Amino acid sequence: MSTATTPVRTAPEGGHPHGPEGSGGRVSGGLFDPRQLVKSLPDAFRKLDPRIMAKSPVMFVVEIGSVLTTVLAFLDPGDWFGWAITVWLWLTVVFANLAEAVAEGRGKAQADTLRKAKTDTVARRLTGSAEEQVPGTELRIGDLVVCEAGDIIPGDGDVVEGVASVDESAITGESAPVIRESGGDRSAVTGGTKVLSDRIVVKITTKPGETFIDRMINLVEGAARQKTPNEIALNILLASLTIVFLLAVVTLQPFAIYAGAEQTMIVLTALLVCLIPTTIGALLSAIGIAGMDRLVQRNVLAMSGRAVEAAGDVSTLLLDKTGTITLGNRQAAEFVPVTGASEAELADAAQLSSLADETPEGRSIVVLAKERYGLRARDEGELGHAASLTFVPFTAQTRMSGVDVDGTTVRKGAAGAIVAWVGQRGGEVSSDARETVDAISAAGGTPLLVAIEDADGPRVLGVIHLKDVVKEGMRERFDELRRMGIKTVMITGDNPLTAKAIADEAGVDDFLAEATPEDKMALIKREQAGGKLVAMTGDGTNDAPALAQADVGVAMNTGTSAAKEAGNMVDLDSNPTKLIEIVEIGKQLLITRGALTTFSIANDVAKYFAIIPAMFGAVAGYEGLDTLNIMRLSSTESAILSAVIFNALIIVALVPLALKGVRYRPMSADRMLRRNLGLYGLGGLIAPFIGIKLIDLLISLIPGIG
Amino acid sequence: MSPELAGVLQLAALIGALALVYRPLGDYMAAVYSSEKHLRPEKWIYRCIGANPSTQMRWPAYLRGVLAFSLMGVLFLYLLQRVQGSLPLSLGFTPISPHQAFNTAASFVANTNWQSYSGEQSMGHVVQTAGLAVQNFVSAAVGMAVAIALVRGFARSRTGELGNFWADLVRGTVRILLPLSVVGALVLVACGAIQNFAGIHEVGQLTGGSRQMNGGAVASQEVIKELGTNGGGFFNANSAHPFENPSGFTNLFEIFLILVIPFALTRTFGKLVGNIRQGYAILAAMGLIWLGFTALMMWTEFHHGGAALQEAGGAMEGKEQRFGVGASAIFATSTTLTSTGAVDSFHSSFTGFGGGLTMLGMMLGEIAPGGVGSGLYGMLSMAIIAVFIAGLMVGRTPEYLGKKIGSREIKLAACYILITPTLVLGFTALSMALSTPPDSMLNTAGNSVNHSGAHGFSEVLYAFTSGANNNGSAFAGLNANTQWYNTTIGLAMLLGRFLPMVFVLALAGSLAEQKPVPETAGTLRTEKPLFAGLLVGAILIITGLTYFPALALGPMAEGLS
Repeated sequence: MSTATTPVRTAPEGGHPHGPEGSGGRVSGGLFDPRQLVKSLPDAFRKLDPRIMAKSPVMFVVEIGSVLTTVLAFLDPGDWFGWAITVWLWLTVVFANLAEAVAEGRGKAQADTLRKAKTDTVARRLTGSAEEQVPGTELRIGDLVVCEAGDIIPGDGDVVEGVASVDESAITGESAPVIRESGGDRSAVTGGTKVLSDRIVVKITTKPGETFIDRMINLVEGAARQKTPNEIALNILLASLTIVFLLAVVTLQPFAIYAGAEQTMIVLTALLVCLIPTTIGALLSAIGIAGMDRLVQRNVLAMSGRAVEAAGDVSTLLLDKTGTITLGNRQAAEFVPVTGASEAELADAAQLSSLADETPEGRSIVVLAKERYGLRARDEGELGHAASLTFVPFTAQTRMSGVDVDGTTVRKGAAGAIVAWVGQRGGEVSSDARETVDAISAAGGTPLLVAIEDADGPRVLGVIHLKDVVKEGMRERFDELRRMGIKTVMITGDNPLTAKAIADEAGVDDFLAEATPEDKMALIKREQAGGKLVAMTGDGTNDAPALAQADVGVAMNTGTSAAKEAGNMVDLDSNPTKLIEIVEIGKQLLITRGALTTFSIANDVAKYFAIIPAMFGAVAGYEGLDTLNIMRLSSTESAILSAVIFNALIIVALVPLALKGVRYRPMSADRMLRRNLGLYGLGGLIAPFIGIKLIDLLISLIPGIG
Repeated sequence: MSPELAGVLQLAALIGALALVYRPLGDYMAAVYSSEKHLRPEKWIYRCIGANPSTQMRWPAYLRGVLAFSLMGVLFLYLLQRVQGSLPLSLGFTPISPHQAFNTAASFVANTNWQSYSGEQSMGHVVQTAGLAVQNFVSAAVGMAVAIALVRGFARSRTGELGNFWADLVRGTVRILLPLSVVGALVLVACGAIQNFAGIHEVGQLTGGSRQMNGGAVASQEVIKELGTNGGGFFNANSAHPFENPSGFTNLFEIFLILVIPFALTRTFGKLVGNIRQGYAILAAMGLIWLGFTALMMWTEFHHGGAALQEAGGAMEGKEQRFGVGASAIFATSTTLTSTGAVDSFHSSFTGFGGGLTMLGMMLGEIAPGGVGSGLYGMLSMAIIAVFIAGLMVGRTPEYLGKKIGSREIKLAACYILITPTLVLGFTALSMALSTPPDSMLNTAGNSVNHSGAHGFSEVLYAFTSGANNNGSAFAGLNANTQWYNTTIGLAMLLGRFLPMVFVLALAGSLAEQKPVPETAGTLRTEKPLFAGLLVGAILIITGLTYFPALALGPMAEGLS
């Protein structure tokens, strides 16, 4: 696939969609390239506009402080200290903007490639039976347009007539064409994709400018970004901390005057900037953008940041059995012969009856016969010497398939059908065949009886055990989810017996058998009534109400437009297993926020120990305060400057962490808290002591200072 | 026995006694506040005040009750002091000046009991018993009612109803404070505290000469002063006065009274939210801070350098020989970590660090264990902040006791924690910046402002810290009976008491409306020691960071010199 048509996967770092099997199944962060910092610099300066800064109260205070010290520095141009503080305060603001710009930059690159794909198309609109050429932008909801091989589909819609293969690589990055046909769950087409063959009539379902590709561009660009509820709450906390510290610093001046040590505005501003939670204030929006970005890298589009946040809170996952928990199709697992028949005989007959069976089940029988008994698949040529050869295909009426060859008739099929078939021909079905059938059913498998009628008369040879094969590693995955406090519910159309067997094998907590869309909806409402947040995937139109009801509804891109409209995320890979990763990304986002908030607050302790003794340690009557200078910083100016520099540099140092997210491993809340508290709480307490001391050492080497 | 050992043994006895009554008292209080029945005397009261105790109130109605009742209390108390001259049993004292009467009325209604007057020299029997002592009961009951309303906010869901303020107020007074006070007063009287309505006696003194002493209903007021974490002494010397606190035993008993309800309320909390271990976690956080402060206080008071101090067995200046360093240290930390403010020794004379500890104790917001009721709601507000940060670190949007901590809750909790620092630092800064208020510092008159140094600054800082946090103890030395201090401290007390209540009740209302979030393995376990430790850390760091510069220029500069 060429990069031009694979915008989503060509995020600057070339992120890859991770399946549950990929990369140990853990959410890893996106890569971080230091060159992005340089590239985003112009944007960082553009964001100095106070109207933009005001959105982040903490950094806005820093900007005001920078302006203030700049004025003061101009008033006293000979004071190197004032200039140094001014420069570093401005750098603090620029670094904060840089973090946001870098995070946004990754989305912008993706948006640009998407825009290229969204060329202005000419639509062939049907009016009555006539056809007219109109620009794609003039299409209205309900218009019918014709698309033939080579045409770009002009807008989102549903196929109402015909079937075609469509290249959707512009959206999904997947180059293999997909089939789109009228009716059913595969009728949705997306504007900007290309019809490769045949002719379809599409009924437009979205207004121009609001199409999927438009929304994608807005999303990855962050234009539609709104602060999420948790972000708002955190901002309130940060703003109140800022007020507390503003208060502490403003009131300090009268105290200082009383102590006979009036402070300059520059020193007070420096103290204020060091105390307010600039680290998290600077990185907060970058963390949010990066969280959405991590989803995009996995080819998931979240329609809102709120949905990503909700994903972290999910406590119930509804997982479709087919495709998510199991490989999707039942497969032959063993041949069980009845008394009087050998296993090899059974395998041979089973294989023979399945040669023309192109269903996955049929093919799996051929494969098993080959693997287990070395029976090579015979092609029709090999059977060509047979006098008569008729394959009997499976029909819903007969519920069996098979082959008639040289007077021998082989049939395989549902137990009831085969029993009836043998009975009609005057044969008897042995009791052990029935027992085997019951045993396999009870174990959740699907029994297929194999019967033969030849010279020895009609009789049952044995049973093929068809099994749903649970994907590798699913049990471990569900164990992890359980430890994270997430309940998994398997949704299946199977009967309760089959469902239970698979549920037990996969290790899910619960299952919903013979599930109808109404059952699904009822289950979601029941869970939500208990205060739980529910996540689910879906693709069909009948999934749409449930997708809308779920707190996190992930629609498959292959699904109908109704489903995509109802969900709050779209998985472009249409891989339902990704739901688990989405939850982990949501959690990772919240943890990153909490960790950096803790780090930011813990940092302040060291800054006080640097600045307070520097302010008052030499004042008569207050010399005792010099004992607080436990870092033994070299001079007053150097101590304050070191704290300010550390405060600015730590932002840059933490940009990669904010963008990648903190390392996340599923574990219980308790262990997670202990780990993160140790790392970011205790680390945040100690790190600045070391950092400030080192910076002070460097500064004291500069001649004329310290 | 060495004084150190005596102190430790007294501490152990105190903890033992508190542990003994923790469960029964906590369970009893839970039963009182969730009972459906009204006692006969309670029904009389409801009829008198025209309240229907069975209606449920949403938070604005509950708050209106709190504010209306307290406003009436302030007005009544103010009038009573202003007309003292015409009251019976006034011992010949004249009416109190307007600004002092305002200050005292605000002080007692706000459960602070800051006293810019000397009881024995200005307040007659009627003002003391019908005015001040009554407020000692009801201001405490108001605090408990608000705390219970917040607990109901956590316990209830999908309703905005927080109970009935009048029922909570009356029950807290009639069923909890009154019976405990009667028992407590009998114990104190039996141990030598006085209880009479005697007039003024001329008493000869050992050093020659004589002085006037009056009697009064001292024991009864003493017991509610401690039990309701009020702290306003009958006499100026407060619990250092032998009529109030005659012996080492009564001293320990009074500390017990100070701590018993605030600690036991955590049990009540656990009971009412249906998870006793949640109550234990809050208790653990409170206990850890209280014990830590007490240990530090004992250490600094016993081991302060200086030959004279060591000879006396520790820093004995300002402490009673009857109690010694150990018991005085326990009393000092207990009275400042609750909103009591009663003193059996003079905090101003403590070592620099010791004085700093009493201040820091109040600055924590008086939540370990804090005032009756106010300690619990203060601690729960801090818990919401701690949960918010820690909750994020486990990868969920934060929740506490099954309730989501969203932007509304964090806004209210943040407003709560902003109030006292604003009042303390704001008023202190104003006092330091203006020209006359610093003159109130000890030994400043006629000298340069800087004369009193760090200690003088501590006096002012202590006064506003004590007022805004509703403690009421004073760093003796500051002459607070000036128009400036009476007015500003009065305002600090009222705002520091009732603004937080506004936010706490709004918070309770918001929590009560939510539907509960079920607990899973992914939920932050707030009943575990790890969380209690985190809570303590958050409290210490947030308070420490807020007041660090102020503390540095006051007690720290003094202590480190």
